[in-house]
Amino acid sequence: MSDAVTEKAAAPKSIEELPIAPVKRTGAGIIALWRSLLVFLGETASLTGRTITELARGGMAAEDLVRQMSLLGADSIWVVLVVTTATGIVFAVYTATLATSIGFSKFVGGTLAFSFLNELGPLLGGVAFAARAGAAIAAEIGTMVVTEQVDALRAMAISPVRYLVAPRVLACVIMLPLLIVFADVFGLVGGYYAAGANGVAHQDFIDSVLTFVRVSDLLSGLIKALVFGFIIGIVACQQGLRTTGGATGVGRSTTSSVVLCVLLIFVSDIFLAEILMAKPGRQ
Amino acid sequence: MSAITVRNLIYEVPEKRILDNVNLTVETGQIMSIMGQSGSGKTTLLKLLTGLLRPTSGQILIGETDIAAMTERELDEIRLRIGLVFQYAALFDSLSVYDNIIFGVVRHTKHTRAELDAIVRERLAAVGLSGSEALFPSQLSGGMQKRVGLARALAMQPSIVFYDEPTSGLDPITGHTIDELIMATRDRTKVTSVVVSHHLPSIFKISDRVAMLDKGRIVIDGTPAEVNASQEPVVQAFLAPERGSFETK
Repeated sequence: MSDAVTEKAAAPKSIEELPIAPVKRTGAGIIALWRSLLVFLGETASLTGRTITELARGGMAAEDLVRQMSLLGADSIWVVLVVTTATGIVFAVYTATLATSIGFSKFVGGTLAFSFLNELGPLLGGVAFAARAGAAIAAEIGTMVVTEQVDALRAMAISPVRYLVAPRVLACVIMLPLLIVFADVFGLVGGYYAAGANGVAHQDFIDSVLTFVRVSDLLSGLIKALVFGFIIGIVACQQGLRTTGGATGVGRSTTSSVVLCVLLIFVSDIFLAEILMAKPGRQ
Repeated sequence: MSAITVRNLIYEVPEKRILDNVNLTVETGQIMSIMGQSGSGKTTLLKLLTGLLRPTSGQILIGETDIAAMTERELDEIRLRIGLVFQYAALFDSLSVYDNIIFGVVRHTKHTRAELDAIVRERLAAVGLSGSEALFPSQLSGGMQKRVGLARALAMQPSIVFYDEPTSGLDPITGHTIDELIMATRDRTKVTSVVVSHHLPSIFKISDRVAMLDKGRIVIDGTPAEVNASQEPVVQAFLAPERGSFETK
C-alpha cells in the first residue's frame, strides 16, 4: 500500500494537472490586449478613410462645422490657457534660478521660447484639449449611440460620419492650432514676468528670444498642433461610436478616449520632433 | 405586390442565433404587428428590416429590392421611403421639436422656409402637438416625445413606417392616443406599418395581421382573430395572462 502511494506521487503529471492557470490567464490577457489594439487600429483607420472621403465630397453642412468650432474652442480655451501659462511661469522660475546662479541669464528667454513654441505649447495644450474637447466629443457621441440617436440618423439616410464625425474632426484640426497660438503667447508672457521676478532683466529676456527663436519654431509647433487635433478628433469620435452598455459604457468610452488621445499625442510627438527638427537651417 | 417580404432570415451573434429562419410577408397598406416576449428577437427583426443590422443569411425584400446585401449608400436610397419610430423616440436632444421634425427633410429635399413651416405645422397637428415647435425634447413627456418621433418619421412621407414598442411605458390614455395615431396614419396616407410590441390590447386593436416570435422563430402569422383562436401552446401561454383585456376585430 505504502509503495503504491509513493509510486503514484512520483509519477510525472499530465499537462492538465500542471499548475498552468496563471500562465493561461496571462496568455489570454496578452491575446485580448493585442486583439483590442488591432480592432482599435482597424476601426480608426476605417473611420479616418470615411471621414476624409466625406470631407473631400463636401457634403458637410458649414453650420455644423461652425457650431463645433465655437463649442470646442470656447469650451477648451480656458483650460488650455491655464495649463500652458502655469507651465510657462514654472519653467521660467526654474530656468531663471539656475541660469542666474551660473551667469547665463541671457539665455533664459531663448530657452523658454524655443522649448515652448516647439514642444511645451502644443504638447500640453494638446493634452488639455484632449481632456476637455476629446472627452466631450466621446461622451456626446456615446450618449447618442446608447439613446439610438445615431440609429435615428442612419434610419433617415444621414451618414453619422458626415453629420457627426467630419465636422468634429475638422473643428479639432482648425481650433487646436489657433488655441496653441494663444497658449504660446500666454505661456511666454507668464514666463517673461516670472523670469523678471527671478533676476532676469526684461530686455535680456526679449533679446534672447529674438536671437534664438525663428518663425519656423512657431510653425513647427503649429504643425504638431494640427496633427494632435486630428488624433483627438478621430479617436474621440471612434471611441464614442463604439459605445455599448448605457451610462457605464459612455463613461468607459470617455475615459478610454482621453487615455488613448494622451498616449497617441506623446507617441506621435516623438516622431514629429524627429521629423521637424531634421529640417534644414536649424544649427 | 407585397410591401415587405422576408425569406429564410437568419441572424446570429457569436455563439447565439437570435433569429432562426424567419419568413414573413407584409401587404401594402396593412398594419402588421409582431409580438413576443422580451428577448424573442422583435427589435432585432425591426433593425434588420430597416437595414440598421445586417442578416447572417436570407432575403429582406422592400418592394422588389433585396436590402440584405446592400451597401450603406445603397440602403440610404431605400431609407428615404421608410420611417422609423423608436421605442424611446431617439429625438436629437440638442435640437428643438421643429428642427427634429425637419432634420431629414432639409438634408434630402429643397424647400423654402415657408414650406418647411407648413410641413412642421401639419405633422404636429396630426399628432396633436400644435404649437410645440420651439420646445426641446427635455421639456416633453415620454408620450409627447413619442408623438414628435412619429411626426419626424412621417415628415418625409414614407411608404412604410416601423414602430418599436410604440405604447410601452405609457399611461393608458396616451397609449390609446398613439394607437389612434397609428391607425389614422394608415387610413390617411395608406402607409404600410410594422409594429413591434408586446402590449396585447394595443396589438389586437390596431392590427390587420399579427405574427408572434418565440426564441427567434415565427410561431404564428394570421389575422388577430386567427391568432386569438390559435391552439399553439406558446401562443396560448403568451395570451393567457391578458385574456379579457383585449378584443379581436
